[in-house]
Amino acid sequence: MNEAILIAILVTVVGAATPILLAGLGELVVEKAGVLNLGVEGMMLVGAVTGFAVTTMTGATFIGIVAAGLAGAGASMIFGFLTLTLTANQVATGLALTIFGVGLSSLIGAGFVGQTVTVLGPLFPPALAEHEHLRILFGYDPVVYFSFAMTLVVAWFLRRTRAGLILRAVGENDASAHSIGYSVIGVRYMAVAFGGAMAGIGGCYYSLFLTPMWAERLTAGRGWIALALVVFAAWKPMRLLAGAYLFGVVMTLELHAKAAGFEYVPPEFLAAMPYLATIVVLALISLRKSVGAQAPACLGKPFKPST
Amino acid sequence: MRLELVKRKQPSRAMLYLTPVFSVLLTMVVGATIFSLLGYDGPGAVWNIFFVPALDPNKWQDLGIKAAPLILIAIGLSVGFRANVWNIGAEGQYVIGGLAGTGVALATWQMEGWWILPLMCLAGVAGGMLYAAIPAFLKTKLNVNEILTSLMLTYVSVQLLYYLMRGPWKDPEGFNFPQSRMFTDSQMLPEIGNTFVHYGVPIAFLVALLAWFILSKTVFGFEIRVVGAAPNAARYGGFNRTRTIWTSLLAAGGLAGFAGILEAAGPYGQMVPQFPTGYGFTAIIVAFLGRLHPVGIMLAAIILAISYVGGEIAQSSIGLPNAASGLFQAMMLFFLLATDILVNYRVRFSGVRSGGAA
Repeated sequence: MNEAILIAILVTVVGAATPILLAGLGELVVEKAGVLNLGVEGMMLVGAVTGFAVTTMTGATFIGIVAAGLAGAGASMIFGFLTLTLTANQVATGLALTIFGVGLSSLIGAGFVGQTVTVLGPLFPPALAEHEHLRILFGYDPVVYFSFAMTLVVAWFLRRTRAGLILRAVGENDASAHSIGYSVIGVRYMAVAFGGAMAGIGGCYYSLFLTPMWAERLTAGRGWIALALVVFAAWKPMRLLAGAYLFGVVMTLELHAKAAGFEYVPPEFLAAMPYLATIVVLALISLRKSVGAQAPACLGKPFKPST
Repeated sequence: MRLELVKRKQPSRAMLYLTPVFSVLLTMVVGATIFSLLGYDGPGAVWNIFFVPALDPNKWQDLGIKAAPLILIAIGLSVGFRANVWNIGAEGQYVIGGLAGTGVALATWQMEGWWILPLMCLAGVAGGMLYAAIPAFLKTKLNVNEILTSLMLTYVSVQLLYYLMRGPWKDPEGFNFPQSRMFTDSQMLPEIGNTFVHYGVPIAFLVALLAWFILSKTVFGFEIRVVGAAPNAARYGGFNRTRTIWTSLLAAGGLAGFAGILEAAGPYGQMVPQFPTGYGFTAIIVAFLGRLHPVGIMLAAIILAISYVGGEIAQSSIGLPNAASGLFQAMMLFFLLATDILVNYRVRFSGVRSGGAA
């Protein structure tokens, strides 16, 4: 395998890792606040179709990405209202959000099937972005760098800021956080909105950069992989980054195998690999006893302040 | 004047049964509004999706055929949901059940005998159970979240289906189409009288009645209810969480697998790559809308079947996109979860004297 192919593979790994990293970061913050939103897949689809629709209408990818984030946040507010204000079951509501997202995105997207958009080029000037070797570092679109920046921002926010401390307190012990005067529900609403926006942006990465087009169920279960990634990362942003790239490798195995001239394994098996790998990884990390202890203590439990 | 929620001393039984009705009605009103805003004929959409199939006797056979797999899968899921076991991979168990039964059909090709069809059904049930045993094992032995594992396995099952259809199980006389051989008469579910309703439909309703009996009249049913409602009490009572997880997942997997082979041996008459149509996910809505109760599930399955058939009608009559019925189905679940709060809380308008004892 020569160097050019190796670099090409690396680029595809970055492409596969970026959307699940973005969606995973959003869900990590949501879960740190004590909320389990299983609607990631649905919010990603809503973001994917909105980003695509807005980009084809305005011709500006940047506006499309912002719209995708807003759409994801908007979808997450349905979940927020049901689970936070009306204290509905989080598991059931998250599932409903995913089913809703599949339906809504297909409905909106019906008029956009078959259209295409111009993919936004690399962030850096061609001298760097198209350089034979330097493109490993500089050859990516702005969203990739945004995902790295957000990893650092989330890590810093959760560990170093007062607001991050409050958010973690709400997720670890909602009753205490409430009794010392913090708005548990308010904090959770903001976390859920952030999670929705990140899932929306992650989703539009498929329709605006990777494919780039709209098709029903475009995200193909990647939202669920993002959810598994949060468990895998033990709710730590830097480990989430590592996990996303590990899964990026697994998700592009099909391409790697073709590049290596490896034709004996059926393509369906390689397509099933990311899902099988998720199961194996979840099983392996559960062998370590401490994993359960790392989950936010109030994860998935509804909070109803007694006034 | 503002709305205020006051906790009820006891959950309201009336609200428990009324809220699913509210949610269907709300879905119609809000759905009509949304589709009008999107530029479609909103009231027409609701009329076609919810009323035309129910009012047209020509569509009733179709409703039964669509409701049957939903009933079987939702009954299985309801056992787990009662006990807080979240199997959301019924779609995968349905596919594996269909594949296992198809395996028997292909092995007995050109054979005849009354035993072939029961054997296919057994294989379907066993296939679904085995597939659900994976998340059960991982959950009980390693405490791995069953939500994620059961869902991941759904994607794996679909790839297995594609592989078998493209490769080993492809019909040798099928002009290279990726699908299995047609099942023979000994391998197909017969149709009742001169209808096109296959025997899987009455079987599904019978299974629901049987489940009603088991859940309400046996110790096992009691155990399932207690483990879900009061896990601590259940532990003191000697009811075992591990056993509940296993029985929930095996029941759900077995029934989903059964639904799979009944579909393959009924409406399809062969195995095709388009076999997974989302019944496993829609059945989640059916289970909740039916309040996890077998009788409720039968009613909810008929409503969801109406929305499927109605979606097809609306597509041809007023040009509504295919996705519309899925959106209506999700809205029903949203509104059910939203109105759920009325079971445990009373709405009070503060500033206005509320009637009854406060």
